[in-house]
Amino acid sequence: MSDSTRTAAANANANANAAAAPAADTTKTISTLGKGRTGAARILLGRDAIMIYAVVVFVLYACIAIPRFASPVTVGFLLLDVIPVLLIALPMTLVIITGEIDLSVASIAGLTSALMGVLWEAGLDIGTVLVLSLVAGVLAGAFNGFLIAVVGLPSLAVTIGTLALFRGLALVVIGDNAVANFPPELTGLFTSKLGATGIPTVMIGVVVVALFFGVLLHMTPFGRGLYALGFSKEAATFVGIKVNRAKFWLFVGTGSVSALAGIYWTLRYSSARSDNASGLELTVIAAVLLGGVSIFGGKGSIPGVIAGVLLIGTINYALRLGRISDVVLIIVTGTLLIASVVAPSIFAAFTRWQHDRRVRRSLPQAAPRE
Amino acid sequence: MTNTPTTQSPAPQGQTVARPESRKSALGSLIRLREVPVTVALIALVLITYAANPLFLGAQGVKDLLLNATIMIILAVGQTLVIVTRNIDLSVGSILGLVAFFTGTLFATVPGIPIIVVFVAGMALGAVLGAVNGLLVTVAKVPALVITLGTLYIYRGLNNAWAGGTQYFADDRPDEFGALSVDTVLGFPLITLIAILVVIAVAVYMVGTRPGRDLYAIGSDPAAAELFGIPVARRVFLAFLANGVLAGLAGVLYASRFNSVGATTGTGMELDVVAAAVVGGVAIFGGSGSVAGAAIGAVLLTTITSALTALRVDKFWQQAIVGVLILAAIVIDRLAGIRTARKLRESEARDV
Amino acid sequence: MELIRNYTKRGNTGKRRAARRIASFAAIATSLALIATGCASGADTSGGGETSGDAGGDLSITFIPKQLNNPYTDVVLGGGEEGAEEAGFAATEIVGPLEASASSQVSFINAETQAGTNVIVIAANDPDAVGPALEEARSAGAKIVAFDSDTNPKYRDVFISQVVAKGVALIQVKLIAEQIGGAGEIAILSATANATNQNEWIKFMEEELASNPEYKDIKLVTTVYGDDDDTKSFQEAQGLMQAYPNLKGIISPTTVGIAATARYLSTSEYKGKVALTGLGLPNEMRPFVKDGTVTEFALWDPAQLGYVAAFAGKALADGTITGAEGDTFEAGELGEREVGEGGVVIVGPPTQFTADNIDEYDF
Repeated sequence: MSDSTRTAAANANANANAAAAPAADTTKTISTLGKGRTGAARILLGRDAIMIYAVVVFVLYACIAIPRFASPVTVGFLLLDVIPVLLIALPMTLVIITGEIDLSVASIAGLTSALMGVLWEAGLDIGTVLVLSLVAGVLAGAFNGFLIAVVGLPSLAVTIGTLALFRGLALVVIGDNAVANFPPELTGLFTSKLGATGIPTVMIGVVVVALFFGVLLHMTPFGRGLYALGFSKEAATFVGIKVNRAKFWLFVGTGSVSALAGIYWTLRYSSARSDNASGLELTVIAAVLLGGVSIFGGKGSIPGVIAGVLLIGTINYALRLGRISDVVLIIVTGTLLIASVVAPSIFAAFTRWQHDRRVRRSLPQAAPRE
Repeated sequence: MTNTPTTQSPAPQGQTVARPESRKSALGSLIRLREVPVTVALIALVLITYAANPLFLGAQGVKDLLLNATIMIILAVGQTLVIVTRNIDLSVGSILGLVAFFTGTLFATVPGIPIIVVFVAGMALGAVLGAVNGLLVTVAKVPALVITLGTLYIYRGLNNAWAGGTQYFADDRPDEFGALSVDTVLGFPLITLIAILVVIAVAVYMVGTRPGRDLYAIGSDPAAAELFGIPVARRVFLAFLANGVLAGLAGVLYASRFNSVGATTGTGMELDVVAAAVVGGVAIFGGSGSVAGAAIGAVLLTTITSALTALRVDKFWQQAIVGVLILAAIVIDRLAGIRTARKLRESEARDV
Repeated sequence: MELIRNYTKRGNTGKRRAARRIASFAAIATSLALIATGCASGADTSGGGETSGDAGGDLSITFIPKQLNNPYTDVVLGGGEEGAEEAGFAATEIVGPLEASASSQVSFINAETQAGTNVIVIAANDPDAVGPALEEARSAGAKIVAFDSDTNPKYRDVFISQVVAKGVALIQVKLIAEQIGGAGEIAILSATANATNQNEWIKFMEEELASNPEYKDIKLVTTVYGDDDDTKSFQEAQGLMQAYPNLKGIISPTTVGIAATARYLSTSEYKGKVALTGLGLPNEMRPFVKDGTVTEFALWDPAQLGYVAAFAGKALADGTITGAEGDTFEAGELGEREVGEGGVVIVGPPTQFTADNIDEYDF
C-alpha cells in the first residue's frame, strides 16, 4: 500500500470522526475543533480566552474613547455594580453545566433582603440578622433542590414556580415597607474601597467565593463529574456520581449565594425592600451563557463566566459614562447573547462544509486504487 | 435541557404515535387528567369568592374577569404551541409591547385607517418578530431559551428606541376600536370572543390535524420525530411564527383595552404566560398539554388577582399563591405522568 | 455511545484541562490588574479636567428622573432643559433608568460623579437607596437638587416641590367632597407604596378627613397602589369597585393612576356613578373630562418644576445660595424664589382643570 493511500484513508477516517461529533450536537463544536491544536494554542484560542480578550479589548477601547473611563473610580463603581450578578453567576454556572437551571435566584435575593429588613426592625442584633437571612437562602435553595433532585421535577418549571413563591414571600414578609436604617459602619464597609486602587473591599469576599466555585468545578472529581452529569445522567451514574445528591447541593449552593447577593444588595443600597434585585435572574443567565456555558449542559468554565459578567458590566458602565441611553444597552446585551451562541453554530457549519468538501475530494482518488 | 422529567413520558408518547388503535383512549385520559385539576381549582376559587362577595359574579364582575383573562389566554395559547415542541418563547411580552405601540402609532398617524387593517398589520408585525425567533432557533440550532432571551432584550430595546417618551392614549384611537373591549354579546366582551375563537381554532388544529399532532411528537422525542419523517425544523418554525402572530393579536387587543401604549407596555409578561401554560398542565419539556388547559390556566392566574381583592385578602399573598399553584401543577403533572406510564405498560403487556 | 465517548475523552484530557483552567484564571487576574493599573495611570492625565469646570464657569447639569419614557417626566424635563439653558449651563444631560426601581438610579449617579457634573437634579425612586451615591457625588463637589420626589433631606441641598404638600392634599379632598356631595366611602389609588411625595399627601388627606368636621360623613376605606403602571392601576381600580360596592369616589394623586382609573370607569357601568379626581395631565385626561367620567382634577405645571430646579442648581453651583432657609434666587421668568423650611422651594399653586378650561392647556 502506498503512503498516499494510507494518508488519504486516515484523513477520511479522521474527517468522518470529526464530522460525526458536531452533527450529533452542534454545541460541542468548539471542543471538537480544539482537538487538533496543541496545548498552548488551546489556551490561547479557547472560548474562555476569547471572552477574556473581548473584555481586555473593550476596556482598552473604553480607556481611549470614553473620557474619564480610565480612572480607579471606574473600577470601584463598575465592580460594585456587577457584584450581585457576578456572585450569582458562579453557582449558576455549575447548575447550568449539569443541564439544570435556577430562575428563582433573584427572588431568593429579594426574600433575603426583605427578611433582613424585618428582622433588623424587630430589634435583633445585626450578626443574628445576617445569619438568619443566610439560613433563609440556604433553606430556599434546599427547597428547590428537594423538588428537583428528590421529587424529580424539571428545574425550569420548579424555579419558575419558586420565582413567584419566594418573591411573594418577600412581599408577605415586608409588604410595601422599606427599611433603611442599617448600621452605618456596615453599609459604609459595603461601599468602601481598598486604599487608592478603587477596588471595593467586598471584592475580597467575592474573590473567595469565585475561587471556591472555580476550584470546586475545575479541580475536584465532584466538579468534573458535573460535566459528565450535563452530558448524560445515565453515564454519570455509571461512573459513580451520586446524581441526585450532587443536584441537591448545587441548588443549595445557588440559594446560599443568592442570599449573599441579597445581603450585599441590601447593605450597599442601605434599603431592604421586597422588590430588590427583581429581574436579575435573566441578567445572570444572559451573562453565564455569554461566558460560554452551554444551556444544554456539559460545557463551560468559571473564568469564561467571570469574563462574560465583566464584559456586560464594562459595556454597561461605559455606556453610562458616555451618557448613552440604556436602550442601546438592552439591544447590545440581546445581540451579544444571540451572537455568542449563533456564531459558533455558523462557524461549525462552515467547518463541516469544508470538511465535507475535503472528504469528497480525497475519496474518489482513494477508491480506484483499492 | 435535561431529560430527567420526561424519562417517563417519551416512551408512552412514542407508543401512542406508533399504535393508532390505542391512541384515542390513552390520549383522552391523559388530557382529562391534565385539565381536571386546573378546572377544579378555577371553579373552587370562583365559588368561594362568590360566596363571600356576590358582586364578584355580577354582570360587571364577570365582564371584568373575562377581559382580564383575554390577553393572557391568547398569549398562553401561542406559548403552548411552542412549549409542546420542547421549546419556549420568552420574547412574547416584548412582541406584545412593540405591536401595541405600533397599533397606537397606526391610528395616530393614519387617520381613518380601517380597524381590520390595523389587526392584520399588527399580526403581520408579530409574525415577523416570531419568524426571527423561529429562524434563529431552527436554522442556527440554538436553544430557544437563549434565543428568545436575546430577542426579549432586543425587541424591548427597539420598542424603547422607537417610542421614547411617546405614549398613545385611548382618545388617539377610534371609539369603535375601544368599544371592542367594552361592548358585549351575551355577556361576553367582543375581544374575549376573539380569544375564544383562537382557543377553538388552535385546539382543533392541534388535536385534529396531522401537522398539529406532529408538534406533540416533536416535543416527545425530536430525534424520533425526525426519523419518523416529520419535518421538524419547519414545524418548529411555524410554531414560533404562529406564536408571534398570536402575540401580535394580543398586542392589538391590549391597545384596544388599556389607556396608554408606550415603551414599557407588556414588560415582564413572559414568565406569567409560561406560568399560565404550566398551571394549565402543559409539560415544560414538551410532548403533552392542551391549548384548552393553558387557556384555563390563564383564566385561573388572572382571576386570582381579582378574587383576592374582592375578598379583601392582603394582596401581598397573591404572588406567593401563584407560586404554590405552579408547583402544585407540576407535581400533579408528574403524578399523572407516572400513572399513565404504568397504565400504558400494563395495556402493552396485555397486547403482547 | 456518543455520550460515553465524550466522557472518556474528557477523562484523558483532564490534566491538560486543569492546566488550561489555571492559565485562564491567571489571564483573568492579569486582565483585572490591567484594568486597575492601566486605568489608574490614565487617571492622572484625564483627572485634570474634573476640577477645571468650577473655575471656568462652564457648568454642567444632569437631570436624573424617576424613569425615562414617561409622559409626565418628559414635560418636567422639557422645562428643566429650558431652565438650564436660560440659567447659563454649558452642558445639559438627561440620563435615567428605564424602570423606576429603588436601586436603578445609583449607577447613573455614580457615572455623573465620575464625569465631574456640577449639578445633579434627581427625582428619587427611594429616599434612602440613592443616599450613599449622592454623598459620594457631593464629596466630589457636585450640588444636589431633588425635585418632584424628595430624597432623605440629609443627602441633598434643596428640594424643589411642586406645591405645599398640605395644599395639594387639601385641594384633592375638597374636590372629591364636592363631587360626592360630602358623604360616602372613598378610596385612594396611589403610585408605589414608597413614593415619598404621594405618601406625604396621603398622610395630610387622612389627617384632614379625620379632623375637619365638614368631612365627617366621608369615610376613607382603603389605599391601593397601582405602581404607576397602566395595567396594574387599571386592575386595582377594578378591584376597588368589587371590594367596596358602596364606593362613591376615588382620589388618585398620580398621573398614571388617574388616567388608568378614568379609562376603567369610562368603559364600565360605574361611569358617572363613581366620582374620580386627583392629579392628572390635561392631555391624558381630556377625553374623560369631555365624556363626563371626571368633572374636575388638579395639577401644577410640571415644566415649571424642572425650570426652577435648573435655576436652583445654578445658584447653588455659583455659591449664591447654600440651601439654607431664607436664601433667595432668581428663577428666570418665574421671578424670585425663596428656600423655605428644610431646604424646600415651592414652585406654585396647582391649577384645577374642568371641561371649561382644559382646552387652554397643552401638557
